[in-house]
Amino acid sequence: MNQVGVETKTEMVTVFIMGQAYQVPAGLTILKALEYAGFRLTRGVGCRGGFCGACATVYRLPGDYRLYADLACQTTVKDGMYLALLPSTPAERKRYDLKRVKPSGETLLALYPELARCVACNTCTKACPQKLEVMDAVQAALRGDIAKVAELTFDCLSCGLCTLRCPAEIPHYHVWQLARRLYGAYLAPKAEHLRRRVAEMEAGKFRAELDRLMGLSKEELKELYKAREIEPE
Amino acid sequence: MSVYPEYMQESIRRVEETRPARLGTNYPRLPLAEQEELLRRYHPDYKPEGKRPLRVGASFGELVPHEVADLLEAYPLVDPTRIDLSQVDYDVDVLVIGGGGAGTVAAIWAHYAGIPADRILIVTKLRHGDSNSIMAQGGIQAATKPHDSPAIHFLDVMGGGHFTNDPKLVRALVEDAPFIIRWHEELGVMYDKEPDGTMLTIHGGGTSKKRMHSCKDYTGLEIMRVLRDEARNLGIPVLEFHPAVELLTDEHGQVAGAVVWSLETEEYKVVRAKATVLATGGWGRLHIQGFPTTNHYGATADGLVLAYRVGAKLRDLDAVQYHPTGAAFPEQIVGLLITEKVRGLGAQPVNALGELFVHPLEPRDVESAAFIRECLPPEKGGRGLGVVTPTGMMGVWLDTPMVDMLHGKGTFQRALSSVYRMYIRFGIDPTKEPILVYPTLHYQNGGVVIDEWGWTGIPGLYAAGEVEGGVHGKNRLMGNSLLDYNVFGRRAGMAAAAWAKTARVGRLTLRHVERFVEELRRAGIPESRRAPLLLPDYRGQKTLARVIDLL
Repeated sequence: MNQVGVETKTEMVTVFIMGQAYQVPAGLTILKALEYAGFRLTRGVGCRGGFCGACATVYRLPGDYRLYADLACQTTVKDGMYLALLPSTPAERKRYDLKRVKPSGETLLALYPELARCVACNTCTKACPQKLEVMDAVQAALRGDIAKVAELTFDCLSCGLCTLRCPAEIPHYHVWQLARRLYGAYLAPKAEHLRRRVAEMEAGKFRAELDRLMGLSKEELKELYKAREIEPE
Repeated sequence: MSVYPEYMQESIRRVEETRPARLGTNYPRLPLAEQEELLRRYHPDYKPEGKRPLRVGASFGELVPHEVADLLEAYPLVDPTRIDLSQVDYDVDVLVIGGGGAGTVAAIWAHYAGIPADRILIVTKLRHGDSNSIMAQGGIQAATKPHDSPAIHFLDVMGGGHFTNDPKLVRALVEDAPFIIRWHEELGVMYDKEPDGTMLTIHGGGTSKKRMHSCKDYTGLEIMRVLRDEARNLGIPVLEFHPAVELLTDEHGQVAGAVVWSLETEEYKVVRAKATVLATGGWGRLHIQGFPTTNHYGATADGLVLAYRVGAKLRDLDAVQYHPTGAAFPEQIVGLLITEKVRGLGAQPVNALGELFVHPLEPRDVESAAFIRECLPPEKGGRGLGVVTPTGMMGVWLDTPMVDMLHGKGTFQRALSSVYRMYIRFGIDPTKEPILVYPTLHYQNGGVVIDEWGWTGIPGLYAAGEVEGGVHGKNRLMGNSLLDYNVFGRRAGMAAAAWAKTARVGRLTLRHVERFVEELRRAGIPESRRAPLLLPDYRGQKTLARVIDLL
């Protein structure tokens, strides 16, 4: 795809990588454009599919005063784009023992008192590549509404862009992680069928059936497999 | 305005025309004999020219893809005699190589089993959590509902793997499954639930009961980040950007840690350990047979290379899992995963004429083979009914608007938010227009041979997760990889802890590497071949042609 000579046929755009101009094919993502230009990345690259948050990046467009934030693996380059590499987001995470904390707003504020410094400027929301309502989540955290925080931040990738941009210096993604675990462990309704099944397993209810299957030949297993009853969709 | 070119929009209109008639119906599931015929004729694994038998090592003669053989039959990155083993940088009880799901679970359970956190070390190539584990979307299987049982789960797994699996491992997988989900619930994983707490479960390809538990379509992300958070709370040390480049042994042949190498300062470090858990994941970034991949950047089969040099046996590496639904359009996202959950929620695969040609939830290899048959031109034995994109990719339609039609408006965005977000970013609304898909390299079905406690048969060496083989035989079902890394990560962590409590490590050596090099030379393997790969190289050819190393 990137062979010498192919470039002449492909439409090319100019991007500025940390100040230097490079010609890259139009339509590449920022991540692939960096690689095309000759960068071999170890930082600022991870899953390459929009899940891990490692490739959080900022860029500017010509004639536009704004600093944009997005994932390098999910954003297409534009002509004149000014790109930078962000190797990591420094943000302090507080250790806690899930068994000893209460699912309340006090827990969030005790571990992360800087939450109260939020000035409701909405910069975090504008920086979010997942388009989450980040500021609303901060406000929900301040109200002690853990369930709301968990719901609003479920799609968070911990990329850290909100945290880098926040004038109140809140380490959002660490707070969200804490809130989601508090919700999942304490506030979400428990799965009764799961509790029963684990108890049945511990009592050895299915052991004999599995013992029998282990003793069957491949042909016998195939017959049982074919005879399975399929639960309707 | 649609981002699809006009000829693709014309095909979409045909999909829309056939949709009302398809809504209440489905293609019948194929009998076993027809599945086998489809696989034989169209699955990439069945092309003999794609593989060759190994010429060295403990699995001499086993067929593996050329891309894998090139790494297994390769010389070390560094001359073993140039590494100073007299200075130990880290001395621990349990070393875990790999910071994805399996590694993190192994470290946590080694700690639960009595190893102090500061006597454990996770080393990982990228950041803690950067892995295929974090990218899994659809779900995790476990027989937790009253009408389901571990025995039925067992049959589904064996059948999905075409009865090539190791039954002992399958038994461990299905017997531990409910416990694992329960453990996750206690750790605060936000599984999808009904208001009364009942977990939502749906079908996956090849399941006979609805046992796919999910966290929207970020199941892998949610589980991985909770496990990572727990490991951080426990204070387990992690060395990031430090891939392992060789395992270490002592004079008795026991595995005794690893040599790791900093991607940033380029120095090596010696880690001495009483027990070592290999949790390095799979091989997607080898782009076997030129396929694009769903895998993360570091999925380069390093663990297979390291384990093979120390004498571990490998199995089922002739079986490559191609996920049927990789994105085929637009170009920016080619190869990325479209979770099987989209089909689980009713979206059907249809050809360029809008015809349904296969049941949406056949086992993955069968489904992929059916897609390939539909797309290949008639002169290559196919039906020529795929859609060719402007950049030359082939694909079939996945009729995504059906999801909301079947389950109510808003379902797609709620249950499949990562897929929705990915397409909206590139101007396609999957609730209004179908998406184009084609098989993509997804999973390493086989791997290092283990017993039901993750032991490789080499004293001191355990393996868990995608790097090991036998659990899934020659084809893994959806939702069993997240389960696999939890079940065998836990078991390997506990077994490693038990071993470490009594093991004594002798003098550190790399003699096994020297012996392997001698074997390579005898087999006439070209000296230029080096492994492990560590990272793929995607730099532009134009730049690479002029690169010289001066600084």
